[in-house]
Amino acid sequence: MTDFSAAAATDATPIEPTLPDGWELVVGLEVHVELDTASKLFCGCANQFGSEPNTNICPICLGLPGSLPVMNERAVELAMTLGRALDCDVRRSVMARKNYFYPDMPKDFQTTQYDQPTNSDGRLVLGDGFVVGVERAHIEEDTGKSTHIGGGGRISDAQYSLVDYNRAGVPLVEIVSRPDMRTIEHAKAYVEELREILIATGVSDARMEEGSMRVDANVSVRPHGSDELRTRCEIKNINSVRSLGRAIEYEARRHIDLWTSGSAPDQETRHWDEEGGRTLPGRKKEDADDYRYFQEPDLVPLDPAPETVAAIDAAMPPLPSARRAALADATGADPASVALLVGRGQDELALAAIAAGADADKVVVRLVNDLAVDDWSKVTATALAELVEMESSGAISATQAKQILADMTERGGDPAILAAARGFEAMDTDELETLLDGLIADNPDEWARFTSGDDADHKKMQGFFTGQIMKATRGQADGKTVARLLAQRST
Amino acid sequence: MSERISRADVVHVARLARLRLDDDEIDLFTGQLGDILAHAADIEALDVGDIPPTSHPLPLVNVMRADVVTPSVDRDEVLAQAPAPEDGRFRVPPVLGEEP
Repeated sequence: MTDFSAAAATDATPIEPTLPDGWELVVGLEVHVELDTASKLFCGCANQFGSEPNTNICPICLGLPGSLPVMNERAVELAMTLGRALDCDVRRSVMARKNYFYPDMPKDFQTTQYDQPTNSDGRLVLGDGFVVGVERAHIEEDTGKSTHIGGGGRISDAQYSLVDYNRAGVPLVEIVSRPDMRTIEHAKAYVEELREILIATGVSDARMEEGSMRVDANVSVRPHGSDELRTRCEIKNINSVRSLGRAIEYEARRHIDLWTSGSAPDQETRHWDEEGGRTLPGRKKEDADDYRYFQEPDLVPLDPAPETVAAIDAAMPPLPSARRAALADATGADPASVALLVGRGQDELALAAIAAGADADKVVVRLVNDLAVDDWSKVTATALAELVEMESSGAISATQAKQILADMTERGGDPAILAAARGFEAMDTDELETLLDGLIADNPDEWARFTSGDDADHKKMQGFFTGQIMKATRGQADGKTVARLLAQRST
Repeated sequence: MSERISRADVVHVARLARLRLDDDEIDLFTGQLGDILAHAADIEALDVGDIPPTSHPLPLVNVMRADVVTPSVDRDEVLAQAPAPEDGRFRVPPVLGEEP
């Protein structure tokens, strides 16, 4: 149920829901991402999704007396990598305790960063050039997972809860944007771009459906032309980019209704109710922001040397924006196809195939249409270039090219050999013409409908003759050649 | 009653820390916390402009470990020490309200 699918990326013109005249939306996003480390932030327990409950726990992540946390070097490196990818200042930071009582945190505090975060003052540039400020991206630990039993799973009616601490202590970075977004599309684009950056840099697998990327939205509205910031609500429990859009729209309309009826929203945390398509209030917290933060005495400050930051910059892989620009330059393909291929991580393969001499347009078409798979590691650039060349020269048909690409994806290999194995040989045009003339003679009624019928009839009969030819040649005929021969005979 | 911290402050902080204090205790701790704050105020009176702020008593930074998985503890052993394990998890009373 991911919204980052190929289909979502190829939506040509996103439709921005319009808010009532005179109102402007103000959105800031807080995104939590789990870092792709082997172990947890402060102990050697595995950072692993889907393990049996409470199998990745130890005295440190259970917060038992006398246990001492030690910072995971890789987590810090990944956090700083994300910081630099978001153009942040990477600075000396200290860990802090955020104190609260809730069973998902057995220590009764969450170790996080407060007034001195690792990354601050960055920005994220969206595909259309819109710039969203990034206030900070700080390191913290994840909490355990509670399951509420009884009362239909609703927290307010539950009889009791069961807690699994496998997730407690998993390294997180929380990326806090500035309230810079004014449209739902920009909010969605921010999350999608951030997700691509996380994957491109190897910082996180960023799977919303598995909870390794979680988005909270701060939403408020104000009269157009005003620069005030009105009361905002924080929306939690958003499980996809699509839900993000729906939640923001619902919440903005709710605020506008309140303001226009002379009332005002309360500053509160609300939960997105996916089925009901609405946000619902959480319990109002009397001491909402009184977490009594103080510096974590068990951990020393992080103070990256300039050389450390320089090394992270030097090792930074090309970011999605640069990769899209490179692919667009090399292929001239439309932005949706370019974004799709970079999103899938197939841009490198496309560029290498083109460098090996393949036709750029055909490479893009073949990949966009026929390589929507999770694992294409067996498809080499050389083989792809050869396949596209065989198709360009007419040695194989488009249909055959698709089939060979499927073989290449499954087991790799040379397209010429795979074509031979499938018995694909170029159909002689003379042979096709003989076949077609025979078909026309055998089906005079269909031919009459093809030549003199209305558009719908014509199309239907084109399909009929093409289908018969494909049947007779077991798919080896080239569809375009058949269409050309049919057209020649009908005039 | 201290001038540095009010009774109401002490009640508030005690509630945040989930401490139940009776009236005598509130008076006692208001006085004691006031004394501690007065001591901090003495230090505040000193000129410490040339002294870098201390974020940790140890002059250390970047103490880290390699990202290596080490064995976790035995689940049954841990759960055996919990008051009400159920289904491989820790059973806790119904949680009132939302997660922070």
